[in-house]
Amino acid sequence: MVFEPKILGFLCNWCSYAGADLAGVSRVQYPPNIRVIRVMCSGRVDPMFIFKAFQVGADGVIVMGCHPGDCHYLEGNYEAEKKYNMTEKFLKLIGFDNRVRLEWVSASEGTRYGAVVTEFTQQIKDAGPSPAKDNEELLFKLKALEMAAATDRMRALVGRERHITEDENVYGEKVSLEKFNEIFDKAIKDEYERAQVLLSLEKGVNNVKLLAAKLDIDPSIVLEHLLILKQRMEIDFGEIMENTPVFVRL
Amino acid sequence: MEKIGAVMVVGAGIGGSQASLDLGDAGFKIYLIESSTSIGGVMAQLDKTFPTNDCAMCIVSPKLVETGRHQNIDLSINCEILDVSGEAGNFTVKVKKKSLYIDPDVCTGCGVCGQNCPVEAIDLFNEGLAKYKATSVKYPQAVPLVYAINKDYCIGCGICLGVCKAKAVQYDREDEIVDINVGAVILAPGFDEYVPPEGNLYGYGKYKNVVTSIEFERILSASGPYAGKVLRPSDGDIPIDVAFIQCVGSRDYSGVGKPYCSSVCCMYTAKEAVIAHEHMHQIEPTIFSMDIRAYGKDFDKYIIRAQEEYHVKYIRSRISSVTEIPETKDLRIRYETEDGKILEKDFQMVVLSVGLNPPDDAKYLADKFGIDLNEYDFAKTDIWNPVQTSKPGIYACGAFSQPKDIPETVTQASAAAGCVNQLLYDKRGTLITEKSLPPEIFVAGQPPRIGVFICHCGINIGGFVDVPEVTRYAGTLPNVVMSDRNLYTCSADTQTIIKEKIKEYNLNRVIVASCTPRTHEPLFQETIREAGLNRYLFQMANIRDQCSWVHMNEPEAATQKAKDLVRMAVNKARNIEPLNRIKLSITPKALVIGGGITGMTAALNFASQDFETYLVEKEAQLGGFARHIYHTLEGGDVQEFLKDLINKVKSNKNIHVYTEAEIEDVAGYLGNFKTTLVHGKNKEKAEFDHGVVVVATGAQEYKPKEYLYGQNDKVILQSELEKMINTSDDIKNKKSIVMIQCVGSRNEEHPYCSKMCCAEAIKNALRIKEKYPSCEITILFRDIRTYGFKEKFYREARKKGVLFLRYDEDNLPEVSQEDSQLKVKVTTARKDTIYVNADLLALSAGIISDREENEELAMMLKVPLNDDNFYLEAHVKLRPVDFATEGVFVAGLAHCPKTIEDCISQANAAVSRACTILSKDEVEAEGKVAMINVARCIGCGMCVENCAYSAIEIVEDRRFGRVASINQALCKGCGACSGNCRCSAIDILGFTSEQIYAMITGRL
Repeated sequence: MVFEPKILGFLCNWCSYAGADLAGVSRVQYPPNIRVIRVMCSGRVDPMFIFKAFQVGADGVIVMGCHPGDCHYLEGNYEAEKKYNMTEKFLKLIGFDNRVRLEWVSASEGTRYGAVVTEFTQQIKDAGPSPAKDNEELLFKLKALEMAAATDRMRALVGRERHITEDENVYGEKVSLEKFNEIFDKAIKDEYERAQVLLSLEKGVNNVKLLAAKLDIDPSIVLEHLLILKQRMEIDFGEIMENTPVFVRL
Repeated sequence: MEKIGAVMVVGAGIGGSQASLDLGDAGFKIYLIESSTSIGGVMAQLDKTFPTNDCAMCIVSPKLVETGRHQNIDLSINCEILDVSGEAGNFTVKVKKKSLYIDPDVCTGCGVCGQNCPVEAIDLFNEGLAKYKATSVKYPQAVPLVYAINKDYCIGCGICLGVCKAKAVQYDREDEIVDINVGAVILAPGFDEYVPPEGNLYGYGKYKNVVTSIEFERILSASGPYAGKVLRPSDGDIPIDVAFIQCVGSRDYSGVGKPYCSSVCCMYTAKEAVIAHEHMHQIEPTIFSMDIRAYGKDFDKYIIRAQEEYHVKYIRSRISSVTEIPETKDLRIRYETEDGKILEKDFQMVVLSVGLNPPDDAKYLADKFGIDLNEYDFAKTDIWNPVQTSKPGIYACGAFSQPKDIPETVTQASAAAGCVNQLLYDKRGTLITEKSLPPEIFVAGQPPRIGVFICHCGINIGGFVDVPEVTRYAGTLPNVVMSDRNLYTCSADTQTIIKEKIKEYNLNRVIVASCTPRTHEPLFQETIREAGLNRYLFQMANIRDQCSWVHMNEPEAATQKAKDLVRMAVNKARNIEPLNRIKLSITPKALVIGGGITGMTAALNFASQDFETYLVEKEAQLGGFARHIYHTLEGGDVQEFLKDLINKVKSNKNIHVYTEAEIEDVAGYLGNFKTTLVHGKNKEKAEFDHGVVVVATGAQEYKPKEYLYGQNDKVILQSELEKMINTSDDIKNKKSIVMIQCVGSRNEEHPYCSKMCCAEAIKNALRIKEKYPSCEITILFRDIRTYGFKEKFYREARKKGVLFLRYDEDNLPEVSQEDSQLKVKVTTARKDTIYVNADLLALSAGIISDREENEELAMMLKVPLNDDNFYLEAHVKLRPVDFATEGVFVAGLAHCPKTIEDCISQANAAVSRACTILSKDEVEAEGKVAMINVARCIGCGMCVENCAYSAIEIVEDRRFGRVASINQALCKGCGACSGNCRCSAIDILGFTSEQIYAMITGRL
């Protein structure tokens, strides 16, 4: 059977959704795989929505908003872009970044909407069915990404990014994008690993060596993660088996 | 005569729509009369708008939809004015509503008639570049979405009658003539573009690849004939070298075109050049121009960007001829440069920047309404109030009175509405009917009982999607207790059916699967509300615009998609709850900050509508910037006008004036502000409540550090020269006066044009020439920006022998002093250096705004400033006097440099915008707003930063300490805060995470 991907689209009400409507009015034909969820602003699209979608079987997710400068809510689409960038970076860690896309589509770009959807649908067709289906390991990783994206740290970074890199921080200084990205990329990696640690603990993989082997991370780094998770009061030391402490999720 | 609480607005472009919305929101009944078959005017034809490159359709269509369904606006299309009688307060207008041959109340806009129409005619909306059918709408997103038969083209084949499932086609439908009784009239018929006549210099009409700017606009548009690709009409190739020729039909004294400047062409040309390059990178635009008149807010920066980032080339020149090269259809332009050389260059395409003419029916309208036109056949308006026509009670706005851009049109539309408010304020609410609605049925917490209505939309959905199957499927979904299908779910009779079914099945959630919620959600929400359900207990599935219409060749997949969309809607509907729109009481009082002409005009308008007004001025006396101006270029006596204004303000019992005042705090929000200040010599304290704020704090004159100002007595400011001319005889012995333009403007420190200095210099020059004709006057300039009708005075000054010499920014004039002689050295654009002896040197100093002072007030009001320290409005195109923070408005020089007349317009516009609030006892806030879970919130304050509307603040909660708090009155429900909240403590009612998760899982 031909593979018909399941694609989810988040469209902002004012530009992209209107553009999609115009595609209809203009009878632009495009593949029927996309299902649209209307949100008032692309800034509403929480990265969690996207990770959730992949966990429940989406093959591709596309977010569309107003062109930069056109946002009905002044600058919601700039917020959307930052959140999307983070999502993409996370998905890159598990090779899913070719299944997401952010596009700016205006209310007069009906034809373009059709073209974007057609092209994205083809991209997902080429990529094949989402490997996450019935794949415990990938579902585990997606869940970890979802948890990582939900951490205070990631949300704080992504929420403040524009302010401190484009405007100024509390000291009246501007942080260079380069420096910010360095911090940001590190955080992405860390939080993803920590989320994996947390999930593994639930499955009984509960000491440094076991975790290091399962997640293929250097044991010293696993330990660092565990200590930080303890500080966050997400885990605690459990009993000590032989010479190895066991960690438990709180 | 009894005053009438209704207003007629003639012309439904962006100006007419804005005036209608303002007045409709303020409680007047509006009759909006449009001559074509849809609203939106020229703005709907535009691709992008300067200086922000906003997509025109994206920003204008929500306004048009709102106009189309506003309960106080009665919109009539395809109309003609027949007769007018009466006087201010009570007019009777006879209007002919020409037949559309389609019943607008029955037509659903599905478009089947147009698809089947066999006649192809010229598409005027696309400027003749495409074809349309005799049965059509003007453009795809038209409001109202009603088809019309164009009798000029229709051949009467009868096919549309057969295919129309709604039975809306009526070939025997007759014109209708009605008498409409209104208290005031606003004329907003817009303009018509100049069409180069046969035999024109540019070969327009003769050569295929010479197009006008408005045609080019359609070429650029993504929804235009070429789908946004820039192609030349002769062969569909992408043109590489594209020439733009400015001032076609403007600043033309030959008698072929018009002598005035059309004001907007310099900017729209730059925009079209930029967008062309953006759409097709291979395009290299060249603009042939005389001056570059980028006099508006942030315009100069745009021109610089066009040159630097988009490689737009400017050539200062005059065109001698345009000829076609027959083999290639390329065009050869012959032009004369500034230094007198004649050159030639070939282009693949030529765009003519055509000027703005008065509307073709200007004389007809003027005659019917009994108003005067000016020498150019535009509406003649009062020299102090640019929206007041020669007849009381009749106002003009937009390009009907002078060529102008979109924000100026929108400002004037609101200004005209402000004047109508002043005239008819005591008749507000007299002609509108408040709908009485049954009490809401209590459904919170009850198990969902969902009803699903699926629309065939004639054959638009039913022809491609198996509607009976989708209906059957919907009935199998959990909690769906009823599913039904209708030929047209939006028709009036279906609304009755929906209400009956709600009763019969005890429905507490309703879903309609049909077209788009963007246009139809409010209609269905109203229906279920009439049946007693909360209007938020409604969901829509878009199975037409985003399903049947776009998957016409795959009926099975389309049916499956329709089922999925319905299931997703059902999943969300199961999770929705009734929402309340909170009501806010309004204190009917206004605070106006700044006692210059702008502030006083606003205060007087408020006060004359019986709104108590507080006018706050930091100086000891009222008058502001205008105290140093004696005349306007057009001849108005500023000092007399000012004296009169001050007297009126001081004697008005509704105005409390505070001078030498310093605002200490403005607390509160929309409708409920509280201000504390100290005033007078003794620093007395005052405190008062008010519902709105108008910021009219003005600006200052730049004090030059250059050109020996302050070091040599003979170097003075243009304003000091004006004083000298008007109060002394000191000029008498001066043989040579030199003026330098752009001092403290358009440079690195102040990278914007101060707009008024060119007019001021010419005004002073003309006055001097009048008194002492032998005095030699030399004006050193970069561009002469006498836009609009001011061009006349520039022309006059040249005629009277005032010498104009242009210099470049990188080659500034030099002033030196030899003994007592002042010498000015200037290198002109012709590259020769000239020395001029000056007995007096007048510097045209720019207008600047003080950051420190403005920042303090801006912080208190939670409103932003731009890079040049002027206040930044909510939207530069469509909300020119609003701030994003509701209830706070801006007017006058605080917004950016502008003329006195424009300041007065902005003052009245700000009043009109404020009246949409002050005219109500309470305002209703949107129900779909953000909500904080205080138990999860840690008070980090990130959402406060993310909120563009200042709707969030950190408060002290008794139990949870520092937490965020949403002001529902200010929240717009965009959700930017929610997606960022670190603790997932914010949810958006109507779009909660739970609801969206339900849709995601419902999809898959």
